[in-house]
Amino acid sequence: MNRSRVTRLLQGAASMLVLAAGWQALSYVFPHYLFPPVQDIIVRTVEVLITPALLWDVILTALRIFGGLLGAFIFGAVLAMLMGQSRTAENFVSPVLTFFQGIPALSWVVFAIIWFKGIEFRVLFIMVMTTLPAFTFQILDAFRSMSKDLFEMTMSFRPSRWTLFRVLIVPTIVPGILTAWKVNLGNAARVVVVAELVGATGGVGYELLRQQQLFDMAGAMAWTLQLVIFVLVVQQAINAVEAWALRYRAVSERAL
Amino acid sequence: MNKADAVIRFNDVSKTFRRRDGRGDFVAVDHLSFAIAEGEIVAVLGKTGCGKSTMFNIVAGLTEASSGEVSVLGHHPFRDFDFFRGKIGIVFQNDRLMPWRSALDNVLLGLQILNIEPKQAEETARRWLERLGLSGHVDDYPHALSGGMRQRVSIARAFAVDPEILLCDEPFSALDEMTARDLRAEFVRLVRQSHKTAVFITHQINEAMEIGDRLMLFHRPARIAYEAQLKNLSGEAGRKNVQDEIMRQLIAEPAASETAA
Repeated sequence: MNRSRVTRLLQGAASMLVLAAGWQALSYVFPHYLFPPVQDIIVRTVEVLITPALLWDVILTALRIFGGLLGAFIFGAVLAMLMGQSRTAENFVSPVLTFFQGIPALSWVVFAIIWFKGIEFRVLFIMVMTTLPAFTFQILDAFRSMSKDLFEMTMSFRPSRWTLFRVLIVPTIVPGILTAWKVNLGNAARVVVVAELVGATGGVGYELLRQQQLFDMAGAMAWTLQLVIFVLVVQQAINAVEAWALRYRAVSERAL
Repeated sequence: MNKADAVIRFNDVSKTFRRRDGRGDFVAVDHLSFAIAEGEIVAVLGKTGCGKSTMFNIVAGLTEASSGEVSVLGHHPFRDFDFFRGKIGIVFQNDRLMPWRSALDNVLLGLQILNIEPKQAEETARRWLERLGLSGHVDDYPHALSGGMRQRVSIARAFAVDPEILLCDEPFSALDEMTARDLRAEFVRLVRQSHKTAVFITHQINEAMEIGDRLMLFHRPARIAYEAQLKNLSGEAGRKNVQDEIMRQLIAEPAASETAA
Protein backbone atom coordinates (compact mmCIF):
# COMPACT_ATOMS: atom_id res chain seq x y z
CA MET A 1 0.00 0.00 0.00
CA ASN A 2 1.62 3.28 -1.04
CA ARG A 3 2.28 6.15 1.31
CA SER A 4 -0.36 8.54 0.01
CA ARG A 5 -3.03 5.86 0.38
CA VAL A 6 -1.92 5.11 3.96
CA THR A 7 -1.94 8.84 4.73
CA ARG A 8 -5.47 9.15 3.34
CA LEU A 9 -6.68 6.20 5.41
CA LEU A 10 -5.10 7.56 8.58
CA GLN A 11 -6.61 11.00 8.01
CA GLY A 12 -10.02 9.42 7.38
CA ALA A 13 -9.73 7.33 10.54
CA ALA A 14 -8.68 10.39 12.53
CA SER A 15 -11.73 12.36 11.40
CA MET A 16 -14.00 9.44 12.38
CA LEU A 17 -12.34 9.33 15.80
CA VAL A 18 -12.97 13.04 16.25
CA LEU A 19 -16.64 12.47 15.36
CA ALA A 20 -16.89 9.58 17.82
CA ALA A 21 -15.14 11.61 20.53
CA GLY A 22 -17.60 14.45 20.01
CA TRP A 23 -20.53 12.02 20.30
CA GLN A 24 -19.03 10.47 23.44
CA ALA A 25 -18.66 13.92 24.99
CA LEU A 26 -22.33 14.58 24.28
CA SER A 27 -23.26 11.27 25.92
CA TYR A 28 -21.68 12.56 29.15
CA VAL A 29 -23.82 15.69 29.00
CA PHE A 30 -27.17 14.43 27.78
CA PRO A 31 -29.33 11.45 28.87
CA HIS A 32 -28.33 8.15 27.27
CA TYR A 33 -31.70 7.73 25.58
CA LEU A 34 -30.76 10.83 23.54
CA PHE A 35 -27.01 10.25 23.14
CA PRO A 36 -26.06 6.67 24.02
CA PRO A 37 -22.34 6.05 24.67
CA VAL A 38 -20.23 4.99 21.69
CA GLN A 39 -19.52 1.58 23.23
CA ASP A 40 -23.27 0.83 23.49
CA ILE A 41 -23.73 1.69 19.82
CA ILE A 42 -20.81 -0.53 18.85
CA VAL A 43 -22.21 -3.44 20.87
CA ARG A 44 -25.63 -3.10 19.24
CA THR A 45 -24.06 -2.80 15.77
CA VAL A 46 -22.06 -5.97 16.25
CA GLU A 47 -25.14 -7.68 17.68
CA VAL A 48 -26.99 -7.06 14.40
CA LEU A 49 -24.14 -8.55 12.40
CA ILE A 50 -23.83 -11.73 14.45
CA THR A 51 -27.53 -12.44 14.94
CA PRO A 52 -28.83 -14.33 11.89
CA ALA A 53 -32.40 -13.00 12.11
CA LEU A 54 -31.15 -9.42 12.32
CA LEU A 55 -28.44 -9.89 9.70
CA TRP A 56 -31.14 -11.10 7.33
CA ASP A 57 -32.76 -7.65 7.54
CA VAL A 58 -29.48 -6.07 6.44
CA ILE A 59 -29.14 -8.57 3.60
CA LEU A 60 -32.75 -7.98 2.55
CA THR A 61 -32.15 -4.24 2.30
CA ALA A 62 -28.92 -4.85 0.39
CA LEU A 63 -30.74 -7.10 -2.08
CA ARG A 64 -33.46 -4.51 -2.55
CA ILE A 65 -30.83 -1.83 -3.24
CA PHE A 66 -29.04 -4.02 -5.78
CA GLY A 67 -32.29 -5.13 -7.38
CA GLY A 68 -33.49 -1.56 -7.76
CA LEU A 69 -30.17 -0.27 -9.06
CA LEU A 70 -29.81 -3.17 -11.49
CA GLY A 71 -33.33 -2.63 -12.81
CA ALA A 72 -32.75 1.11 -13.20
CA PHE A 73 -29.37 0.50 -14.81
CA ILE A 74 -30.74 -1.93 -17.40
CA PHE A 75 -33.74 0.24 -18.29
CA GLY A 76 -31.62 3.37 -18.16
CA ALA A 77 -28.95 1.90 -20.44
CA VAL A 78 -31.54 0.83 -23.01
CA LEU A 79 -33.23 4.24 -22.91
CA ALA A 80 -29.88 6.03 -23.13
CA MET A 81 -28.82 4.02 -26.18
CA LEU A 82 -32.16 4.73 -27.86
CA MET A 83 -31.97 8.43 -27.05
CA GLY A 84 -28.36 8.56 -28.19
CA GLN A 85 -29.25 7.14 -31.58
CA SER A 86 -32.53 8.95 -32.18
CA ARG A 87 -33.33 12.62 -31.65
CA THR A 88 -37.03 11.74 -31.82
CA ALA A 89 -36.64 9.23 -28.99
CA GLU A 90 -34.75 11.78 -26.95
CA ASN A 91 -37.39 14.44 -27.58
CA PHE A 92 -40.08 12.08 -26.28
CA VAL A 93 -38.24 10.45 -23.38
CA SER A 94 -36.22 13.30 -21.94
CA PRO A 95 -39.15 15.45 -20.71
CA VAL A 96 -40.75 12.40 -19.09
CA LEU A 97 -37.56 11.52 -17.24
CA THR A 98 -37.07 15.13 -16.18
CA PHE A 99 -40.63 15.10 -14.85
CA PHE A 100 -39.92 11.88 -12.94
CA GLN A 101 -36.79 13.42 -11.48
CA GLY A 102 -38.89 16.14 -9.89
CA ILE A 103 -41.12 13.65 -8.04
CA PRO A 104 -39.92 13.14 -4.42
CA ALA A 105 -39.07 9.63 -3.29
CA LEU A 106 -41.86 9.76 -0.71
CA SER A 107 -44.41 10.39 -3.45
CA TRP A 108 -43.23 7.25 -5.27
CA VAL A 109 -43.65 5.36 -1.97
CA VAL A 110 -47.25 6.54 -1.67
CA PHE A 111 -47.97 5.67 -5.34
CA ALA A 112 -46.47 2.21 -4.87
CA ILE A 113 -48.52 1.50 -1.74
CA ILE A 114 -51.72 2.54 -3.50
CA TRP A 115 -51.01 0.73 -6.81
CA PHE A 116 -49.31 -2.51 -5.79
CA LYS A 117 -50.01 -5.23 -3.27
CA GLY A 118 -46.67 -7.08 -3.12
CA ILE A 119 -44.10 -5.56 -0.78
CA GLU A 120 -41.04 -6.53 -2.81
CA PHE A 121 -42.49 -5.23 -6.07
CA ARG A 122 -43.42 -1.99 -4.33
CA VAL A 123 -39.84 -1.50 -3.13
CA LEU A 124 -38.41 -2.46 -6.52
CA PHE A 125 -40.77 -0.03 -8.25
CA ILE A 126 -39.79 2.80 -5.90
CA MET A 127 -36.06 2.10 -6.31
CA VAL A 128 -36.26 1.93 -10.11
CA MET A 129 -38.39 5.05 -10.53
CA THR A 130 -36.19 7.16 -8.25
CA THR A 131 -32.86 6.16 -9.82
CA LEU A 132 -33.88 5.60 -13.47
CA PRO A 133 -33.60 9.25 -14.61
CA ALA A 134 -30.11 9.70 -13.17
CA PHE A 135 -28.86 6.45 -14.71
CA THR A 136 -30.35 7.31 -18.09
CA PHE A 137 -28.95 10.83 -18.27
CA GLN A 138 -25.53 9.80 -16.97
CA ILE A 139 -25.19 6.95 -19.46
CA LEU A 140 -26.49 9.18 -22.26
CA ASP A 141 -23.87 11.80 -21.34
CA ALA A 142 -21.18 9.14 -21.38
CA PHE A 143 -22.38 7.96 -24.80
CA ARG A 144 -22.38 11.53 -26.13
CA SER A 145 -18.85 12.03 -24.83
CA MET A 146 -17.62 9.40 -27.29
CA SER A 147 -14.72 10.82 -29.26
CA LYS A 148 -15.60 11.71 -32.85
CA ASP A 149 -12.02 10.91 -33.82
CA LEU A 150 -12.20 7.41 -32.35
CA PHE A 151 -15.64 6.88 -33.88
CA GLU A 152 -14.38 7.79 -37.36
CA MET A 153 -11.26 5.68 -36.92
CA THR A 154 -13.32 2.66 -35.90
CA MET A 155 -15.86 3.22 -38.69
CA SER A 156 -13.01 3.31 -41.21
CA PHE A 157 -12.66 -0.42 -40.57
CA ARG A 158 -16.39 -0.88 -41.32
CA PRO A 159 -17.43 -2.82 -38.24
CA SER A 160 -20.86 -4.38 -37.76
CA ARG A 161 -23.18 -2.60 -35.29
CA TRP A 162 -22.52 -5.21 -32.62
CA THR A 163 -18.76 -4.97 -33.08
CA LEU A 164 -18.93 -1.16 -32.91
CA PHE A 165 -20.89 -1.47 -29.67
CA ARG A 166 -18.40 -3.93 -28.23
CA VAL A 167 -15.09 -2.31 -29.24
CA LEU A 168 -15.96 1.37 -28.93
CA ILE A 169 -19.26 2.21 -27.27
CA VAL A 170 -18.92 -0.04 -24.22
CA PRO A 171 -15.35 1.05 -23.32
CA THR A 172 -16.39 4.67 -23.84
CA ILE A 173 -19.36 4.54 -21.48
CA VAL A 174 -17.82 2.32 -18.77
CA PRO A 175 -16.37 5.28 -16.79
CA GLY A 176 -19.78 7.01 -16.88
CA ILE A 177 -21.54 3.82 -15.82
CA LEU A 178 -19.24 3.35 -12.84
CA THR A 179 -19.76 6.95 -11.78
CA ALA A 180 -23.52 6.52 -12.15
CA TRP A 181 -23.43 3.46 -9.89
CA LYS A 182 -21.42 5.30 -7.23
CA VAL A 183 -23.71 8.33 -7.29
CA ASN A 184 -26.93 6.33 -7.34
CA LEU A 185 -25.81 3.94 -4.61
CA GLY A 186 -25.99 6.62 -1.94
CA ASN A 187 -29.31 7.84 -3.31
CA ALA A 188 -30.69 4.30 -3.41
CA ALA A 189 -29.65 3.62 0.20
CA ARG A 190 -31.60 6.67 1.35
CA VAL A 191 -34.65 5.82 -0.75
CA VAL A 192 -34.83 2.18 0.29
CA VAL A 193 -34.96 3.16 3.95
CA VAL A 194 -37.93 5.43 3.26
CA ALA A 195 -39.62 2.70 1.22
CA GLU A 196 -39.12 0.12 3.98
CA LEU A 197 -40.12 2.55 6.70
CA VAL A 198 -43.52 3.11 5.17
CA GLY A 199 -44.30 0.10 3.06
CA ALA A 200 -42.37 -3.00 4.09
CA THR A 201 -41.95 -5.61 6.79
CA GLY A 202 -38.31 -6.45 7.24
CA GLY A 203 -35.22 -4.58 6.21
CA VAL A 204 -33.18 -1.76 7.73
CA GLY A 205 -35.95 0.81 7.24
CA TYR A 206 -38.47 -1.40 9.01
CA GLU A 207 -36.03 -1.96 11.90
CA LEU A 208 -35.43 1.81 12.15
CA LEU A 209 -39.18 2.27 12.54
CA ARG A 210 -39.15 -0.32 15.37
CA GLN A 211 -36.30 1.49 17.15
CA GLN A 212 -38.22 4.77 16.85
CA GLN A 213 -41.29 3.15 18.40
CA LEU A 214 -39.13 1.77 21.24
CA PHE A 215 -37.37 5.12 21.65
CA ASP A 216 -34.11 3.20 21.33
CA MET A 217 -31.44 5.61 20.09
CA ALA A 218 -28.61 3.07 20.33
CA GLY A 219 -30.63 0.68 18.19
CA ALA A 220 -31.46 3.43 15.68
CA MET A 221 -27.75 4.31 15.42
CA ALA A 222 -26.79 0.65 15.09
CA TRP A 223 -29.19 0.07 12.19
CA THR A 224 -28.16 3.32 10.55
CA LEU A 225 -24.54 2.22 10.76
CA GLN A 226 -25.45 -1.02 8.96
CA LEU A 227 -26.52 1.02 5.97
CA VAL A 228 -23.55 3.36 6.16
CA ILE A 229 -21.10 0.45 6.37
CA PHE A 230 -22.86 -1.29 3.49
CA VAL A 231 -22.65 1.80 1.27
CA LEU A 232 -18.97 2.34 2.18
CA VAL A 233 -18.09 -1.30 1.44
CA VAL A 234 -19.91 -1.33 -1.88
CA GLN A 235 -18.41 2.02 -2.90
CA GLN A 236 -14.94 0.67 -2.17
CA ALA A 237 -15.76 -2.37 -4.28
CA ILE A 238 -16.88 -0.11 -7.14
CA ASN A 239 -13.72 1.95 -6.69
CA ALA A 240 -11.66 -1.21 -6.98
CA VAL A 241 -13.52 -2.22 -10.15
CA GLU A 242 -13.05 1.30 -11.48
CA ALA A 243 -9.32 1.26 -10.72
CA TRP A 244 -8.97 -2.01 -12.65
CA ALA A 245 -11.27 -1.02 -15.53
CA LEU A 246 -9.59 2.36 -15.96
CA ARG A 247 -6.01 1.20 -15.37
CA TYR A 248 -5.09 2.46 -18.82
CA ARG A 249 -5.52 6.07 -17.73
CA ALA A 250 -2.41 8.19 -17.25
CA VAL A 251 -2.03 9.77 -13.83
CA SER A 252 0.09 12.84 -13.31
CA GLU A 253 2.64 12.70 -10.54
CA ARG A 254 1.09 15.96 -9.45
CA ALA A 255 -2.31 14.34 -8.98
CA LEU A 256 -3.75 14.55 -5.47
CA MET B 1 -4.92 7.10 -67.73
CA ASN B 2 -8.22 5.58 -68.64
CA LYS B 3 -10.59 6.84 -65.97
CA ALA B 4 -12.53 3.61 -66.15
CA ASP B 5 -9.43 1.79 -64.80
CA ALA B 6 -8.95 4.20 -61.94
CA VAL B 7 -8.99 2.82 -58.43
CA ILE B 8 -10.16 6.17 -57.07
CA ARG B 9 -12.21 8.42 -59.27
CA PHE B 10 -13.76 11.80 -58.59
CA ASN B 11 -16.00 13.20 -61.29
CA ASP B 12 -17.23 16.77 -60.78
CA VAL B 13 -17.52 16.26 -57.04
CA SER B 14 -18.64 19.02 -54.73
CA LYS B 15 -19.17 19.10 -50.99
CA THR B 16 -21.11 21.80 -49.23
CA PHE B 17 -21.58 22.17 -45.49
CA ARG B 18 -24.64 23.85 -44.07
CA ARG B 19 -23.82 26.54 -41.53
CA ARG B 20 -26.14 27.21 -38.61
CA ASP B 21 -25.32 30.87 -38.20
CA GLY B 22 -27.13 32.03 -41.32
CA ARG B 23 -23.98 32.93 -43.24
CA GLY B 24 -24.90 30.67 -46.09
CA ASP B 25 -23.52 27.26 -47.01
CA PHE B 26 -19.80 26.60 -46.97
CA VAL B 27 -18.28 25.03 -50.09
CA ALA B 28 -15.38 22.80 -49.15
CA VAL B 29 -14.94 20.93 -52.45
CA ASP B 30 -15.78 22.58 -55.75
CA HIS B 31 -16.39 20.45 -58.86
CA LEU B 32 -13.29 18.35 -58.25
CA SER B 33 -12.28 15.71 -60.77
CA PHE B 34 -9.29 13.37 -60.71
CA ALA B 35 -8.38 9.73 -61.08
CA ILE B 36 -5.81 7.61 -59.28
CA ALA B 37 -4.48 4.38 -60.77
CA GLU B 38 -3.72 1.16 -58.96
CA GLY B 39 -0.35 1.23 -57.19
CA GLU B 40 0.00 4.98 -57.59
CA ILE B 41 1.08 7.16 -54.68
CA VAL B 42 -0.51 10.57 -54.99
CA ALA B 43 0.47 13.45 -52.77
CA VAL B 44 -2.22 16.07 -52.26
CA LEU B 45 -0.81 19.43 -51.32
CA GLY B 46 -2.47 22.68 -50.36
CA LYS B 47 -2.80 25.36 -47.77
CA THR B 48 -4.60 24.70 -44.52
CA GLY B 49 -8.35 24.82 -45.07
CA CYS B 50 -8.28 24.24 -48.82
CA GLY B 51 -10.48 21.14 -48.60
CA LYS B 52 -7.84 18.39 -48.66
CA SER B 53 -9.23 16.71 -45.56
CA THR B 54 -12.80 16.97 -46.84
CA MET B 55 -11.74 15.24 -50.05
CA PHE B 56 -9.94 12.68 -47.92
CA ASN B 57 -13.07 12.04 -45.82
CA ILE B 58 -15.13 11.55 -48.98
CA VAL B 59 -12.68 8.95 -50.32
CA ALA B 60 -12.61 7.28 -46.90
CA GLY B 61 -16.41 7.14 -46.84
CA LEU B 62 -16.61 9.19 -43.67
CA THR B 63 -18.67 11.88 -45.35
CA GLU B 64 -20.78 11.91 -48.48
CA ALA B 65 -20.29 14.21 -51.44
CA SER B 66 -23.08 16.72 -52.05
CA SER B 67 -22.92 16.16 -55.80
CA GLY B 68 -20.86 14.42 -58.45
CA GLU B 69 -19.65 10.87 -58.80
CA VAL B 70 -17.23 9.22 -56.42
CA SER B 71 -15.93 5.76 -57.10
CA VAL B 72 -13.41 3.79 -55.04
CA LEU B 73 -12.64 0.29 -56.30
CA GLY B 74 -15.76 0.64 -58.41
CA HIS B 75 -18.04 1.28 -55.43
CA HIS B 76 -19.48 4.23 -53.56
CA PRO B 77 -17.33 4.66 -50.45
CA PHE B 78 -20.11 6.10 -48.26
CA ARG B 79 -23.07 3.98 -49.33
CA ASP B 80 -21.39 0.60 -49.92
CA PHE B 81 -20.37 0.31 -46.29
CA ASP B 82 -19.70 -3.42 -45.98
CA PHE B 83 -17.84 -3.71 -49.31
CA PHE B 84 -14.91 -1.68 -48.01
CA ARG B 85 -14.29 -3.79 -44.91
CA GLY B 86 -10.55 -4.54 -44.97
CA LYS B 87 -9.99 -2.62 -48.19
CA ILE B 88 -9.02 0.81 -46.90
CA GLY B 89 -6.37 1.57 -44.31
CA ILE B 90 -6.23 5.05 -42.86
CA VAL B 91 -3.51 6.90 -41.00
CA PHE B 92 -4.94 10.04 -39.47
CA GLN B 93 -3.24 13.27 -38.49
CA ASN B 94 -3.47 12.34 -34.83
CA ASP B 95 -2.89 8.72 -33.92
CA ARG B 96 -6.48 8.06 -32.76
CA LEU B 97 -5.39 5.13 -30.64
CA MET B 98 -7.93 3.70 -28.24
CA PRO B 99 -6.54 4.65 -24.82
CA TRP B 100 -7.98 1.53 -23.17
CA ARG B 101 -6.14 -0.80 -25.57
CA SER B 102 -2.45 -1.63 -25.50
CA ALA B 103 -0.29 -1.05 -28.58
CA LEU B 104 -0.84 -4.67 -29.62
CA ASP B 105 -4.59 -4.50 -29.07
CA ASN B 106 -4.83 -1.27 -31.05
CA VAL B 107 -3.14 -2.94 -34.01
CA LEU B 108 -5.44 -5.93 -33.54
CA LEU B 109 -8.57 -3.77 -33.85
CA GLY B 110 -8.93 -3.98 -37.62
CA LEU B 111 -8.06 -7.68 -37.66
CA GLN B 112 -10.71 -8.38 -35.03
CA ILE B 113 -13.28 -6.46 -37.06
CA LEU B 114 -12.35 -8.63 -40.04
CA ASN B 115 -12.85 -11.73 -37.86
CA ILE B 116 -9.32 -12.96 -38.54
CA GLU B 117 -8.52 -16.08 -36.49
CA PRO B 118 -7.13 -14.77 -33.15
CA LYS B 119 -3.76 -16.53 -33.23
CA GLN B 120 -3.09 -15.44 -36.80
CA ALA B 121 -4.28 -11.91 -36.00
CA GLU B 122 -1.90 -11.66 -33.06
CA GLU B 123 1.01 -12.92 -35.16
CA THR B 124 0.23 -10.34 -37.83
CA ALA B 125 -0.07 -7.53 -35.28
CA ARG B 126 3.18 -8.47 -33.55
CA ARG B 127 4.96 -8.71 -36.90
CA TRP B 128 3.88 -5.19 -37.85
CA LEU B 129 4.86 -3.75 -34.50
CA GLU B 130 8.26 -5.41 -34.87
CA ARG B 131 8.69 -3.97 -38.37
CA LEU B 132 8.05 -0.54 -36.94
CA GLY B 133 10.48 -0.98 -34.07
CA LEU B 134 7.90 -1.39 -31.33
CA SER B 135 8.36 -5.02 -30.28
CA GLY B 136 9.41 -3.85 -26.81
CA HIS B 137 6.20 -1.85 -26.34
CA VAL B 138 3.42 -4.25 -27.34
CA ASP B 139 1.80 -4.21 -23.91
CA ASP B 140 2.17 -0.46 -23.29
CA TYR B 141 -0.90 1.73 -23.21
CA PRO B 142 -0.87 4.77 -25.51
CA HIS B 143 -0.25 7.21 -22.65
CA ALA B 144 3.09 5.48 -22.04
CA LEU B 145 4.23 5.92 -25.64
CA SER B 146 5.81 8.95 -27.24
CA GLY B 147 4.05 10.76 -30.08
CA GLY B 148 6.26 9.09 -32.66
CA MET B 149 5.61 5.67 -31.17
CA ARG B 150 1.87 6.24 -31.14
CA GLN B 151 1.93 7.23 -34.79
CA ARG B 152 3.94 4.08 -35.58
CA VAL B 153 1.22 2.04 -33.87
CA SER B 154 -1.41 3.78 -36.00
CA ILE B 155 0.62 3.01 -39.14
CA ALA B 156 0.92 -0.62 -38.06
CA ARG B 157 -2.86 -0.69 -37.46
CA ALA B 158 -3.51 0.59 -40.99
CA PHE B 159 -1.11 -1.84 -42.66
CA ALA B 160 -2.06 -4.88 -40.58
CA VAL B 161 -5.39 -5.38 -42.39
CA ASP B 162 -3.48 -5.46 -45.71
CA PRO B 163 -5.71 -2.88 -47.37
CA GLU B 164 -5.81 -2.21 -51.09
CA ILE B 165 -5.81 1.53 -50.54
CA LEU B 166 -3.94 3.60 -47.97
CA LEU B 167 -5.18 7.04 -47.04
CA CYS B 168 -2.95 9.31 -44.97
CA ASP B 169 -4.03 12.69 -43.69
CA GLU B 170 -0.92 14.65 -42.67
CA PRO B 171 0.22 11.72 -40.54
CA PHE B 172 3.55 13.26 -39.55
CA SER B 173 2.50 16.88 -39.04
CA ALA B 174 2.26 16.54 -35.27
CA LEU B 175 5.78 15.18 -34.95
CA ASP B 176 9.17 16.85 -34.71
CA GLU B 177 11.18 16.99 -37.95
CA MET B 178 13.65 14.21 -37.05
CA THR B 179 10.94 11.75 -36.03
CA ALA B 180 8.80 12.74 -39.01
CA ARG B 181 11.70 12.22 -41.38
CA ASP B 182 12.43 8.72 -40.07
CA LEU B 183 8.77 7.71 -40.10
CA ARG B 184 8.22 9.18 -43.56
CA ALA B 185 11.11 7.13 -44.96
CA GLU B 186 9.77 4.01 -43.25
CA PHE B 187 6.27 4.68 -44.53
CA VAL B 188 7.40 5.19 -48.15
CA ARG B 189 9.42 1.98 -47.99
CA LEU B 190 6.42 0.01 -46.69
CA VAL B 191 4.04 1.45 -49.27
CA ARG B 192 6.37 0.81 -52.20
CA GLN B 193 7.19 -2.72 -51.03
CA SER B 194 3.51 -3.59 -50.81
CA HIS B 195 2.54 -1.84 -54.10
CA LYS B 196 -0.48 -0.29 -52.52
CA THR B 197 -2.42 2.63 -53.87
CA ALA B 198 -1.95 5.58 -51.55
CA VAL B 199 -3.29 9.08 -51.15
CA PHE B 200 -1.11 11.24 -48.94
CA ILE B 201 -2.35 14.59 -47.70
CA THR B 202 0.26 17.15 -46.71
CA HIS B 203 0.82 20.84 -46.51
CA GLN B 204 4.61 20.50 -46.86
CA ILE B 205 6.07 20.73 -50.34
CA ASN B 206 9.19 18.71 -49.53
CA GLU B 207 7.14 15.93 -48.01
CA ALA B 208 4.87 15.78 -51.07
CA MET B 209 7.85 15.66 -53.42
CA GLU B 210 9.54 12.94 -51.35
CA ILE B 211 6.55 10.66 -51.09
CA GLY B 212 4.45 10.96 -54.23
CA ASP B 213 4.61 9.53 -57.75
CA ARG B 214 2.25 12.34 -58.63
CA LEU B 215 1.33 15.57 -56.95
CA MET B 216 -1.94 17.47 -56.96
CA LEU B 217 -2.01 21.01 -55.62
CA PHE B 218 -5.38 22.15 -54.37
CA HIS B 219 -6.67 25.67 -54.19
CA ARG B 220 -9.55 26.58 -51.91
CA PRO B 221 -12.26 25.30 -52.22
CA ALA B 222 -10.73 21.95 -53.16
CA ARG B 223 -10.04 22.09 -56.86
CA ILE B 224 -6.87 21.15 -58.70
CA ALA B 225 -4.70 24.19 -59.39
CA TYR B 226 -1.63 22.25 -60.49
CA GLU B 227 -0.65 18.67 -61.17
CA ALA B 228 2.79 17.16 -61.71
CA GLN B 229 4.27 13.74 -62.37
CA LEU B 230 7.16 13.26 -59.94
CA LYS B 231 8.39 9.83 -61.01
CA ASN B 232 10.40 10.82 -64.06
CA LEU B 233 11.62 14.27 -63.14
CA SER B 234 14.97 15.09 -64.73
CA GLY B 235 17.15 15.47 -61.64
CA GLU B 236 17.44 18.52 -59.43
CA ALA B 237 16.43 20.91 -62.17
CA GLY B 238 13.20 19.07 -62.71
CA ARG B 239 12.43 19.05 -59.00
CA LYS B 240 13.20 22.75 -58.72
CA ASN B 241 10.88 23.56 -61.61
CA VAL B 242 8.04 21.74 -59.90
CA GLN B 243 8.77 23.38 -56.54
CA ASP B 244 8.91 26.81 -58.15
CA GLU B 245 5.62 26.24 -59.92
CA ILE B 246 4.02 25.06 -56.67
CA MET B 247 5.24 28.19 -54.88
CA ARG B 248 3.97 30.36 -57.74
CA GLN B 249 0.58 28.70 -57.56
CA LEU B 250 0.41 29.04 -53.79
CA ILE B 251 1.27 32.73 -53.97
CA ALA B 252 -1.22 33.26 -56.77
CA GLU B 253 -4.01 31.60 -54.82
CA PRO B 254 -6.83 34.06 -54.08
CA ALA B 255 -6.79 35.46 -50.53
CA ALA B 256 -8.26 33.16 -47.89
CA SER B 257 -11.94 33.97 -47.48
CA GLU B 258 -14.68 31.49 -46.83
CA THR B 259 -16.58 30.54 -49.95
CA ALA B 260 -20.27 30.96 -49.37
CA ALA B 261 -22.82 29.41 -51.66
